[in-house]
Amino acid sequence: MNPPLVHKTWWLSGAGALLLLGVCGLGPLLALLHEGGLGAAPLWQDAYLRHVVQFSVLQAGLSTLLSLGLAIPVARALHRRHFPGRSLLLRLFGISLVLPVIIALFGLVAVHGQQGWLPRLLASVGIQTGSYLYGLGGILLAHLFFNMPLAARWLLFSLEAVPAENWRLASQLGMKSGALWRLLEWPALRGQLTPLASLIFVLCFSSFTTVMALGGGPGATTLEVAVYQALRFDFELDTAAQLALWHLLLCGAALALHHQLAAPAPGHQHSSLRASRPDTRHWLGLCIDGFWLSLALLLFIPPLLAIVTAGLKPQLWQALTSHQLWASLLTSLQIGLGASLLACAISLGLLFSSRHLRQRLGRPHAATLLESSGSLILLIPTAVLSTGLFILLLPVADVFGLGFWLVMLLNGLACLPYTVRTLQPALQQAVLRYDRLAMSLGLQGWSRWRYLEWPLLRAALGRAMALAAIFSLGDLGAVAMFGSDELQTLPWLLFQQLGSYRLDDAAATALLLLLLCTSLLWLVERGFGDPR
Amino acid sequence: MSAHSETIPALVAAPEPATPEPAIKETNDLTLHCRDLALARGGEQFRFSFNLQPGELLVLVGPSGAGKSTLLDLLGGFVTADSGALLWQQQPLQSLPPAERPFTTLFQSHNLFDHLSVQQNIGLGVRPDLRLSAAQWQQVSAAAERLGLSEFLSRLPTQLSGGQQQRVALARSLVRQRPFLLLDEPFSALDPALRHEMLKEVQQLAHQQRIGILLISHHPEEARGVADRIALLQEGEIRFCGSVSELDNSANNDMARYLGRRS
Amino acid sequence: MGRLPTHITRSLDVRSLLLLSTLLATTTAMASDPLTIYTYDSFASDWGPGPKIKQAFEKQCGCQINFVPLEDGVAILNRLKLEGKHTKADLVIGMDESMLPEARRSQLFAPHQVDMTPLALPGGWQDDTFLPFDYGYFAFVYDGDKLKHPPKSLSELASRPDLKIIYEDPRTSTPGQGLLLWVKQTQGEQAATYWQQLAKKTVTVTKGWSEAYGMFLKGEADLVLSYTTSPAYHRLAEQKQNYHAALFEEGHYRQVEVAAQLKSAHQPELAARFMKFMLSDEFQSLIPTGNWMYPVTKVALPVGFNQNETPAKTLNFTEAEIATGRKAWLQEWRGAVSQ
Repeated sequence: MNPPLVHKTWWLSGAGALLLLGVCGLGPLLALLHEGGLGAAPLWQDAYLRHVVQFSVLQAGLSTLLSLGLAIPVARALHRRHFPGRSLLLRLFGISLVLPVIIALFGLVAVHGQQGWLPRLLASVGIQTGSYLYGLGGILLAHLFFNMPLAARWLLFSLEAVPAENWRLASQLGMKSGALWRLLEWPALRGQLTPLASLIFVLCFSSFTTVMALGGGPGATTLEVAVYQALRFDFELDTAAQLALWHLLLCGAALALHHQLAAPAPGHQHSSLRASRPDTRHWLGLCIDGFWLSLALLLFIPPLLAIVTAGLKPQLWQALTSHQLWASLLTSLQIGLGASLLACAISLGLLFSSRHLRQRLGRPHAATLLESSGSLILLIPTAVLSTGLFILLLPVADVFGLGFWLVMLLNGLACLPYTVRTLQPALQQAVLRYDRLAMSLGLQGWSRWRYLEWPLLRAALGRAMALAAIFSLGDLGAVAMFGSDELQTLPWLLFQQLGSYRLDDAAATALLLLLLCTSLLWLVERGFGDPR
Repeated sequence: MSAHSETIPALVAAPEPATPEPAIKETNDLTLHCRDLALARGGEQFRFSFNLQPGELLVLVGPSGAGKSTLLDLLGGFVTADSGALLWQQQPLQSLPPAERPFTTLFQSHNLFDHLSVQQNIGLGVRPDLRLSAAQWQQVSAAAERLGLSEFLSRLPTQLSGGQQQRVALARSLVRQRPFLLLDEPFSALDPALRHEMLKEVQQLAHQQRIGILLISHHPEEARGVADRIALLQEGEIRFCGSVSELDNSANNDMARYLGRRS
Repeated sequence: MGRLPTHITRSLDVRSLLLLSTLLATTTAMASDPLTIYTYDSFASDWGPGPKIKQAFEKQCGCQINFVPLEDGVAILNRLKLEGKHTKADLVIGMDESMLPEARRSQLFAPHQVDMTPLALPGGWQDDTFLPFDYGYFAFVYDGDKLKHPPKSLSELASRPDLKIIYEDPRTSTPGQGLLLWVKQTQGEQAATYWQQLAKKTVTVTKGWSEAYGMFLKGEADLVLSYTTSPAYHRLAEQKQNYHAALFEEGHYRQVEVAAQLKSAHQPELAARFMKFMLSDEFQSLIPTGNWMYPVTKVALPVGFNQNETPAKTLNFTEAEIATGRKAWLQEWRGAVSQ
């Protein structure tokens, strides 16, 4: 139909990427099905496994409720009050989204562990807190730490999306706080609550690192951790496979539900008019806002401070001389580099084909489908994927010997959704703006790459690689499965140091990891051109 | 700076009032023939027939949605016709990729790569891989000079004004040396005085370089001043095509209605 | 189009080669083949017996020992099962008596050729594959300065409302597995109830001994599952008199730690030589103040090592009992503590 415009090989890169995704996604799944069968019965007959499922749901549900319960008044207070440090706080809330979980856990242990700041402070005034960090309490605390800021930001943006004129109108009509809540705020928030809740639920349901570090034994184990334990503790391949399939099923259901409920997250409105709310002066409101904000700050700030101040201790220098630390750093960097290269290569493969589908062949739906295949792999939780890979490779290879490459592969696959999303606009822009021009000038092959694609892609590629590297640098799931004495990454080292309570060493590791991630983040925001 | 730099360099002799007759048959046929070139797009039917001769400036006017851009897409090779013929030198053009057709197209926007310098942008017209010989770079400089762009060669397009940017695109179409130039309202974003200057420039290109130019315009009154012929496009078809004097004499209702004149 | 692939591949080639070479440089093993020994981390650590043993043996054989430290004894066997015939291990140190049925079933181990006459293990030892190298008794250790009234029995440990304990996961560690058997032998049918009681006092269940003991020393719990010989470390190495093992009326479960060489060993001669070395006086005399366990031969104990800490009554299951019961007991524990 369109002979001059269609390249014969347009499908090649996409097909290659799809093939790789298919092999890496379906292979392990088939291995699991083969090993675990589809039998659902054993799971429900075993009291322990039943408990694991119940606990996964319980902790995710409670985490969601608590996060939202705190986020709503905090978002409201942030919207009502403009105080010094507010924008810094919002930035910190944003950073908590990309902060590797294990670093934050270090902060939480430093603050809430038996010897942490808070119990010591309380003990000095005669209050014995006992240990509350291990088990359900700690898991909830950590999930609250991660998800409350996410929810508060999201809800605050929803409130800020209410036109400033509405607030002025409300002022003229003399609305009080209660009426504002009923007539303006609640309608603005209501629609966001279900998608937000389902997102947080999914995140907490498959939370691995937190539960590994704070779970403390079988009493507080989620499905994802149980998969890991069945494989690494019990060598029960069939149980591991069954648990993995259950995890896949439940996670898939939760994600499908989330997809049903999903609404686009509100963008940050840069309204020229600051909403002038009529209810900012009343002392009661001030007290209430003060209370919620203090609560949020007390929850959120001390662990962050603990990570940074840990670096001020003199023991840090001792810990920094550890050979193990630098070896882990090297391994982490290698894995991060490899994973981000892999993720970008697969993404580009998908995107070059999808772009052709969309632009030249006029098949936008097929193109979107191809692009979203990159996110599909994320539906399979890491523990499931790695268990499958493990079972697949066990008979034919030394799995631990391959650990390095497998972790790289899993990390690369896991950051595909981010890299696809980062690269897609740049590639799309290249054709939307310049495709006809390039065609009319006969820019093809290398010339097209050199003078059109590469200059437009370069910045996005840098961003995508940095994002993928940040992700990989914080990963614990894959390395837990394939990690060994020979494969030591920074997060895994930190996890072990936390577990054996070597807080001085852990401080050095956490600080190094934090520095790496923030400098990469800085590169993402500054170094690679326009922040989108 | 703009007032000075927008003036046209004094490179032109007085414009010849060339008004080639529309239906001349030549043995070595350098005329572009477009016969019943048809396309169904978005539920609408388009069918185009017209000729374009070397050295003539044909202005295409018509209400928006009539199919002006569709026609340029068809000619340029960015979409493919369902039926009909597009002939030049007895050769069908429809199976050729955009770059091999005898056209240079200037789009409404994005005619330049914003990340490449003016010199590179013009040079791409000579060779798309930019491996230019010294003589070819000389050619680029000459074209730039002709359009008054010599001092901007190392700049990026975003550092130029809108008029200068379109002039860079024109310079590139010069070095491409294609017999036909298709202009898709490239000056519509410019202010009226500048637009008029650019139109004059285009007219000179047509007459001096013997380039056949198809110009889509939103400003038929302005185009009258420079056009050799005017074509009116309505509802997917060319309803009228003739010289400016024919236009004035004709009792063509469509044209009159479009131009808002009483007949 | 023709030029695109060559250019791209050329530039990619250079970069990927660079990347690959840096990666490979760090992942390939050392050229000389050492004797690879899987063991638990406290054995191989700087403060454990590992370094001195390594030094002593390397001087004898003119070879290299490579200790691979894993979380704990049970983790060693799990790891070997996961690696199967691809394992790098020549020899393992640190499985224990109660793992023998599992270890035997795995068929990964080769018989040793060691003369066992120097063995002076209470109760004797007959096994041609698994060789004991130390033994001890599981016990809960406490800080006498903080805990003035230690529990006097397993029952009291579970029923006292004021105690916080840390113990090791029976799925990964030998002390954890020891506690599993200890509880089963003393509580019998009531084991599940006992575990549930104990769960209320449990701060955390750790993967290995070092982790648990480290947390205990940091003050995270009142008692930690360890050995009757652990206080000796504090007395002799740290001159601290405040750590004690709580002696229980029900008696204490005995642990015999064993070593074995692998069928798939790359260095079978070296492995066999090391097995012999383990019963030598040189090795055995490093055990009390290195691994803080009792030696299995008649080497002299250091002064002050034992202060009336030998349990009056020792407990253990036969191998056959463990072989039939272990999996069910593990599930009983898992089910009970997760309630």
